[in-house]
Amino acid sequence: MRLPPFQALVDAHAVELHRFLVGYLGPDDAEDCLQETLISALRAYPRLNHGENLRAWLYTIARRKATDVGRGRRRLPRTRPLADLEPAAEPSVGPHVPADDGLWTSVRLLPDKQRAAVVHRFVLDLDYRSIGERMGISEEAARQNVSEGLRRLRKEMDR
Amino acid sequence: MSELERRLARGGDGPAPDADRLSAALRQRAAAEGLLDVAYASMDSPLGELLVAVTPRGLVRVAYVQEATEAVLEDLANRVSPRVLRAPERTDEVRDELEEYFAGARRGFDTPIDWSLVRGFAVGVLQATARVPFGQVTTYRDVAGAAGSPRAARAAGNALGSNPIPIVVPCHRVLHAGGGLGGYTGGLERKRFLLRLEGAGPIG
Repeated sequence: MRLPPFQALVDAHAVELHRFLVGYLGPDDAEDCLQETLISALRAYPRLNHGENLRAWLYTIARRKATDVGRGRRRLPRTRPLADLEPAAEPSVGPHVPADDGLWTSVRLLPDKQRAAVVHRFVLDLDYRSIGERMGISEEAARQNVSEGLRRLRKEMDR
Repeated sequence: MSELERRLARGGDGPAPDADRLSAALRQRAAAEGLLDVAYASMDSPLGELLVAVTPRGLVRVAYVQEATEAVLEDLANRVSPRVLRAPERTDEVRDELEEYFAGARRGFDTPIDWSLVRGFAVGVLQATARVPFGQVTTYRDVAGAAGSPRAARAAGNALGSNPIPIVVPCHRVLHAGGGLGGYTGGLERKRFLLRLEGAGPIG
């Protein structure tokens, strides 16, 4: 069984994975999550049975890690006193982040498959076939997830 | 494209991650968790670019790369472990020793060797070769004898030809019994250069 050197995976996919995670998770957590994704992948790597579709495998790990981060985030406020929450109300993100009137919050509240599909489609500018390949679903399912995600987002934005 | 879609398309905007910082953090954690099976880096030398690779056991590969870096790394992934990462700091010790050697300031290598890429008869041949001192030469017949088969000079030549750790395991010090230069993985020019560097006399 032949697997490419792990460094080749990092060189080929890390930058795009980071962009995916910026869309999927937000700029603050993307880099840490990328790090967790790569370490987790490196740990499991020699046990893979084949070297096919390594990219889809990396994206699966990234989504799982991102979900973990999301869970940690949502739990956080409840354990803090109210006063500590106030600074967080100010956007703490850098100037490169486009103005967000709740769009990205809504994206991150979409069901996981729709959220991943929407980010793949628009942030990474992929066609439905590629999205399907990376998510391990059919082209048609990818299209449905994108359009259902968009429908929900429009409803949110119109409110 | 709708306004919503345009805004979504801007969602990945922002600086790309700092690749150096990211890689450094990755290999630091990989090493701490025992996941850095093969660390490699390249270096310049008077013989052209070299790639050196180390495992936790020692130096596993020195290659004259000549554009074939990818093939060397794929071979390491297949035969040692696919957990191969570019990690210059892990190879500092051996790169320092090689630089000292090329500068004429070092006669032997202290870095431990990982023999995992060597199998069978070649183990004895290359280990006998590793004992030939700086500036001296021996013959294919003699290293075959040291490996237990004095008549297997040709097999010894093949083993030396696929030496995964040239320079450090000094296969350049092995010549034909008649005094001919024999062969060399990196080409005879390099063999001559190394023998001259060691003051082994005007050979070939």
